[in-house]
Amino acid sequence: MAIIVDEKTKVCIQGITGKQGSFHLRQMLDYGTRVVAGTSLERSVADISGVPVYATVEEAVDRRGATASILFVPAQAAKDAAFEAIEAGISLVVIITEYLPVHDAMEIMAFAAEHNTTIVGPNTFGIISPGKAKLGIMPNHIYTPGPVGVIARSGTLSYEIVDQLTRAGLGQSTVIGLGGDRVHGCSFTDCLKHMERDADTKAIVLVGEIGGRAEEDAAEFGKGMTKPLVAYIAGRTAPEGKRMGHAGAIIERGKGTFAAKVESLRRGGAAIAELPSEVPGLVQAALAKG
Amino acid sequence: MKLYEYMAKDMLARFGIRTPRGRLVSTPQQAADTCAEIGPVVLKAQILAGKRGRAGGILPAATPAEAAAVAESLLGKEINGLLVERLLCEQKLEIAQELYAAIAVDGAARKPVLILSAQGGVSVEEVAERSIIRRHIDLPWGLFAFMTREAVRRLEVNDKVAAGVVDVCLRMYRVFRRHDAEMVEINPLAVLPDETVMAVDARITVDDDAAWRQRDLPFVSEYTAKEQKARDLGFAYVELTGDIAVLANGAGITMATLDVLQRYGGRPANFLDVGGGADAARAEQALELLLNDEPKALLVNIFGGITRCDDVAAALVRVINAREAAGKPRMPVVVRLAGTHEAEGTAILAAAGVTTHRSMEDAAARTVALAGGGTT
Repeated sequence: MAIIVDEKTKVCIQGITGKQGSFHLRQMLDYGTRVVAGTSLERSVADISGVPVYATVEEAVDRRGATASILFVPAQAAKDAAFEAIEAGISLVVIITEYLPVHDAMEIMAFAAEHNTTIVGPNTFGIISPGKAKLGIMPNHIYTPGPVGVIARSGTLSYEIVDQLTRAGLGQSTVIGLGGDRVHGCSFTDCLKHMERDADTKAIVLVGEIGGRAEEDAAEFGKGMTKPLVAYIAGRTAPEGKRMGHAGAIIERGKGTFAAKVESLRRGGAAIAELPSEVPGLVQAALAKG
Repeated sequence: MKLYEYMAKDMLARFGIRTPRGRLVSTPQQAADTCAEIGPVVLKAQILAGKRGRAGGILPAATPAEAAAVAESLLGKEINGLLVERLLCEQKLEIAQELYAAIAVDGAARKPVLILSAQGGVSVEEVAERSIIRRHIDLPWGLFAFMTREAVRRLEVNDKVAAGVVDVCLRMYRVFRRHDAEMVEINPLAVLPDETVMAVDARITVDDDAAWRQRDLPFVSEYTAKEQKARDLGFAYVELTGDIAVLANGAGITMATLDVLQRYGGRPANFLDVGGGADAARAEQALELLLNDEPKALLVNIFGGITRCDDVAAALVRVINAREAAGKPRMPVVVRLAGTHEAEGTAILAAAGVTTHRSMEDAAARTVALAGGGTT
């Protein structure tokens, strides 16, 4: 099973002829992802690595039956590209793009909600169901299929933890990057809901960090879950953020700190890893108990 | 990007929100002249920090001579570590009530939120939850007058004041959307004796990622010169007070590296996140920036994804050799490499006499030992 993406997902790459798009097209094909089409403003290109290139997502859906899209377009064009994919009836849009203006992100999320489209990102490394498909920029070789679902905010920290899981013989069902921006699509809680239902997932690792209240919300949801949860939170010693204004503090009301996150996750029944290297052991213990 | 109070007020005024009469001054003479013109004033240090009042950054003056003396005492002073170079010299007002109003991005809700409170003036973190009114705003429709009226009704102010607050909220929302703001805050939103309202203090934060379409805004740097240089190069760089330089790739792993380092008793001097896709040239720029501070040791933690370990290794060797050629002392360098082209990177460093670790925790412990501290 896995969640959100699998071997049946038919992928369109928006921005397929760019440096990033064309590089990751090959990586995704190497991994066995069904990339069925791409879009580009460069009309001279008919295909790239055997994948047809169209001017619009509409054509990618009509001619090739694309069901998911991944964006490798610059921040200034990302809102347009995301709206195009949603409007064309794509059900999953993965936004790799960094530095997307937050007002654009809010508009994309509102439009996606109206169309029941799942958004992953922006500023995400993507999503991978090992052995089945990947829509993202993660290094292929560290993943292996198995029973552990991983939900992370940050790319390289998730690679670190996945690598340790794989080395400990613990494969992954799906690994998903929520994205590093304040406003993003799929949340920890959304992913936990999917993973709770997914037969392949037996334990879940949450890789969080300070700021926002997503981990606290996830902890609340975790109380009602049957599957064990292991969490690592980065930022225990991070210098106090200069960015948070009063309005932010009101929205969060004391949430968002390392202590608050760890405390709510503990209360939600999660096992807390103090160091990244403790994650595999805690997962093993949780699986043995289950 | 945070705007200074005077910039935020200019912006609000352009959208039709009333602000006190006043002028930006940078000399005692200008303060005296302004006071002579408008009567008793309040002098407010223009720094990007909250709680200025408590730190002595907001002072009244009744006469021009007093205004000059107060300006003299504030200009050039450091408040909360920030140098005061300009003051906002404003008419002193009689205030009947202080309200709070803000529009901000609520990340968890993925939409803007209007926030009101009848208890303005104080630091809003200190206001009880039950005294805070929130109303989420759906895009693309935006903030309607009726939504604002519903929220304002709960402030329990009279009809004239309520109408004034509704008008201000609608204008704030226009500022928020037009200028890609993360937050527009008026605190206090003062109710004057004639029951009109006025923005007595204001803070606006504009989304850095929207700078390309907000070119008409002034530029305000919140960073030190080095931090700004790093940002211009596209790195997240922060100066701290310890003695170990830290380079990592990606926000999460950078934070985790700092956590692990401090767990072993190390104190970071600074850290730099080269991002997820750094190549050799960028890694070299990043290393040069970090080593300019002459830390006691350097910890490099790279998990190669898009970033290739051999690129970072080659950059590190070039930087070490350049320092040696310049006659600088050899600095303890500890490297952790994992992921893409790990073996190639390890070999490049081994040839240059730099040992690498596969575990981030071993690398952190070793760095602390080399920097001569900690509890390893």
